[in-house]
Amino acid sequence: MSEIAIKAENLSKAYQLGDIGTGTISRDLERWYARIRGKEDPFLRIGETNDRSSKGTSDIVWSLRDLNFEIKQGDAVGVIGRNGAGKSTLLKILSKVTAPTTGRITGKGRIASLLEVGTGFHPELSGKENIFLNGAILGMRKHEIKRKFDEIVDFAGIERYIDTPVKRYSSGMYVRLAFAVAAHLESEILIVDEVLAVGDAEFQKKCLGKMGEVSKGEGRTVLFVSHNMDAVNALCKSGIVLENGVVGFIGDAGASVDYYQSNGAAVKDTWKREKETLQPHFSEISYEILGKQPELTLRVSFKTTSGGNFPPAMAVFGIKGSTGGTIMEAIPSIQPYLQFKGKANHHVCEIELNGFIPGTYTLYAWLGASEAEGYDWLDDVLTFEINDAPTPERTFPYSPRTGFIVANAKLIT
Amino acid sequence: MIKDQENWEIAPSSSLFDLKLKEAWAYRDLLWLLVRRDFVSFYKQTVLGPLWFFIQPLFTTVIFTFIFKQLAGISTDGLPGPLFYMAGITAWNYFADCLTKTSTVFKDNASIFGKVYFPRLIMPLSIVLSNLVRFGVQLILFVMFMAYYYFVRGESFSPSWAILLFPYILLLMALLGLGLGMLISAMTTKYRDLSFLVGFGVQLLMYATAVIYPITTAVEKATEKFPRLSWLIEYNPMSILIEAFRFGFLGKGAFSWASLGYTSVATLIVLVVGIVVFNKVEKTFIDTV
Repeated sequence: MSEIAIKAENLSKAYQLGDIGTGTISRDLERWYARIRGKEDPFLRIGETNDRSSKGTSDIVWSLRDLNFEIKQGDAVGVIGRNGAGKSTLLKILSKVTAPTTGRITGKGRIASLLEVGTGFHPELSGKENIFLNGAILGMRKHEIKRKFDEIVDFAGIERYIDTPVKRYSSGMYVRLAFAVAAHLESEILIVDEVLAVGDAEFQKKCLGKMGEVSKGEGRTVLFVSHNMDAVNALCKSGIVLENGVVGFIGDAGASVDYYQSNGAAVKDTWKREKETLQPHFSEISYEILGKQPELTLRVSFKTTSGGNFPPAMAVFGIKGSTGGTIMEAIPSIQPYLQFKGKANHHVCEIELNGFIPGTYTLYAWLGASEAEGYDWLDDVLTFEINDAPTPERTFPYSPRTGFIVANAKLIT
Repeated sequence: MIKDQENWEIAPSSSLFDLKLKEAWAYRDLLWLLVRRDFVSFYKQTVLGPLWFFIQPLFTTVIFTFIFKQLAGISTDGLPGPLFYMAGITAWNYFADCLTKTSTVFKDNASIFGKVYFPRLIMPLSIVLSNLVRFGVQLILFVMFMAYYYFVRGESFSPSWAILLFPYILLLMALLGLGLGMLISAMTTKYRDLSFLVGFGVQLLMYATAVIYPITTAVEKATEKFPRLSWLIEYNPMSILIEAFRFGFLGKGAFSWASLGYTSVATLIVLVVGIVVFNKVEKTFIDTV
C-alpha cells in the first residue's frame, strides 16, 4: 500500500486583496492583452509571502506558494499551521471548490471532502429527505445512500426524529445527522476540516473513533486539518506543517506537532494599529515578562483611543496555548472602567503567569462596554515565549495529558 | 472498498470545450433530489400552495386583455383576447423564470458551492426542471381556458398539427433560458451590475417579444415606422417560439420551418457559449463572489 494517492506539484494560489469589482473590466482587459502578447499576468508577478500581520505592497497575496508533497495511499495526514497559513486554501483546492493559480495536483481515487457538515441541508425537509439530498451533494448515488441509510441514522442516534423537518432539530442533533452522512461516504480519500469541533463530548469521541477507523481499518487516505494538536496526534500518522503558504515541515505526526509548537509561532511583542476607527479601540499593545519562574508576570501596556463619545469600557486579555485553545482569561478592570479622553489613553495591566510551562503562547485583547457590547477584539495579537520551567520536574513541553500549567501546590503532611 | 480507482487531476484550467456533461450525468440523482426539494419546500411555506401558480397568469391575462385589447386595440390575430394573451404569458413565463433564476445561481448558492464540489451545471438544470412543474400547472390552466372558449363560448379555433412540435418548442425555450441565464450568472460573479439589468431587462424583453401582439402585425408596423429595427422582433428567437406555440395550440400564428431551424441553431449557440463560460467561471468564482 505505498502507492501515491495525492501528489501536488508547484501548487500555488494567489488571492486579490481589498475590493474586487472596482476596475475589474480594465484589469481584465489588461490581463487579456498581456496574455495575447505571451507575457506574464501583470497582476500576479510580485511574489510576496502571505504574512497577514504585516502590510504588503501589492494587492495580490500568495496564499499557497510552490507546494510540493506526496501522500501515500492509506496514510492519515494532519495538515497544521497557524491561521492564514494556507490550510483552508489547500483543502479548497483539493475539494475542487476553487482552482489553483498555477501548478497541479494529481491523484487516484474518489475524493470526499468535508469542509463543513450539513452543506445543502434544507430546513423544511425531514431528516430522511436531507440525508438523501446531502448525500447526493457529497457525491453519493441514491442506491448507495439507501444501502447505508440505517447505518447513518443509527450513527447519528436520531431515529425518532427522522421524519421531522430538520428546522425543529436541536443544533446538536442537526450536526450529528450531518456528520453521520459525511462519515458514511464511500471514498478512497477523505478530506476533513475541523468539523470535529461539534456536538457534545460523547459524539466528538464517536467522530474521532470513526475517523480513526476510516484511516486505519479501511485503509483510506485521510487529510485532516485541525488546530487541535491532540486530535492530530491521535488520528494521524504523518503531518504537513504550513507556514505562510509554504511547506514548513513534512514528517510523522508527532514530529510535525513538535515542529509547529516550537517554531511555528514567532515572538511578537509590540503591535500598532495602522488605521484609526471611530469606535473605541486599542491603538498600541506591547508586553514585557517580569520576574523569575515560578512567579512570572506578564505586564501588558496598551493605549486606547476613541473617535467619539462612548461609554467607559473594560479591557480583557486572554492567553492561548499552542493547541489554539484559551488557557485563561484576565479581566483586570471591571471597576474602575477605562475612560476615553481623546487619543492615547495609556494603561498598564499586570497578569500573573504562575506555573506556565515552557512554550509559545499567544495573547488576545478585547475591549468593550459590556459583555454584549464589544468595541474591539484582537485575536492572536501578540506572541510570547516562556523558556524556563516553573519547577525542575516540569521541563518538557505541552502534552495533552499534562496540560499547560503546573499548579502551585505543596505537601502539608 | 470501491473498485473504480480513477485518476484525476486538479489544474488551473481545463480545456475550453470540455462541457463536463458526463460528470453531470454521474450526479443525476442529485438533480432529481434538488427538483424535489424545490417542489416540496415551495408547498411547505405557503397557505394557498399551488394556487399561486394560477393566480399570476390569471391576473396578468385580465390586465393585458383590458389594456392591450380593449384600450389600445392591438390585434390578437382573430383569437379571443384572453386566450391569445394567456398562450403568450404561459410560454413567456417559463422562459423568463428559467432565465432570471439561473442568472443568480452562483450568487444564491455561494454557500454550498464554497464548501463542496459537484458539477455546477446541476444547479441551473435543476432550476429549469423545477420550473417545468410550474409551467405544467399553468399549461393546464391554459387548456382549461381553451376548453371554456371552445365549448361554452363557441369560439372557433382549432389546434393545428404543430401541436406535435410542442415538446420540442418547450425544450428550446428551456435551453434558451438556461443558456442565457448561465451566461449572465457567470458574468454577474464579477460584474454585479448585470443582476440589476436582468431584473428590468427581462420585463423590457417581453415587449420585444410576441407576447402581447402577433409577430406579423408587429413586423408590418415596425417596417413602416422603424425599418432598421424590425429585425429585432422578426429574429427574436423567443418571438418565433411563442408564435409556434400559439400556432400549435390555437391554430393561428406565424410558423415556418426556416424560422424554427434558425431558432434551433441560435439556441444551440447560446447554450454552448453559456455552458463554456459557466464552466470557466465555476472554477474560481468562489474567490470573487
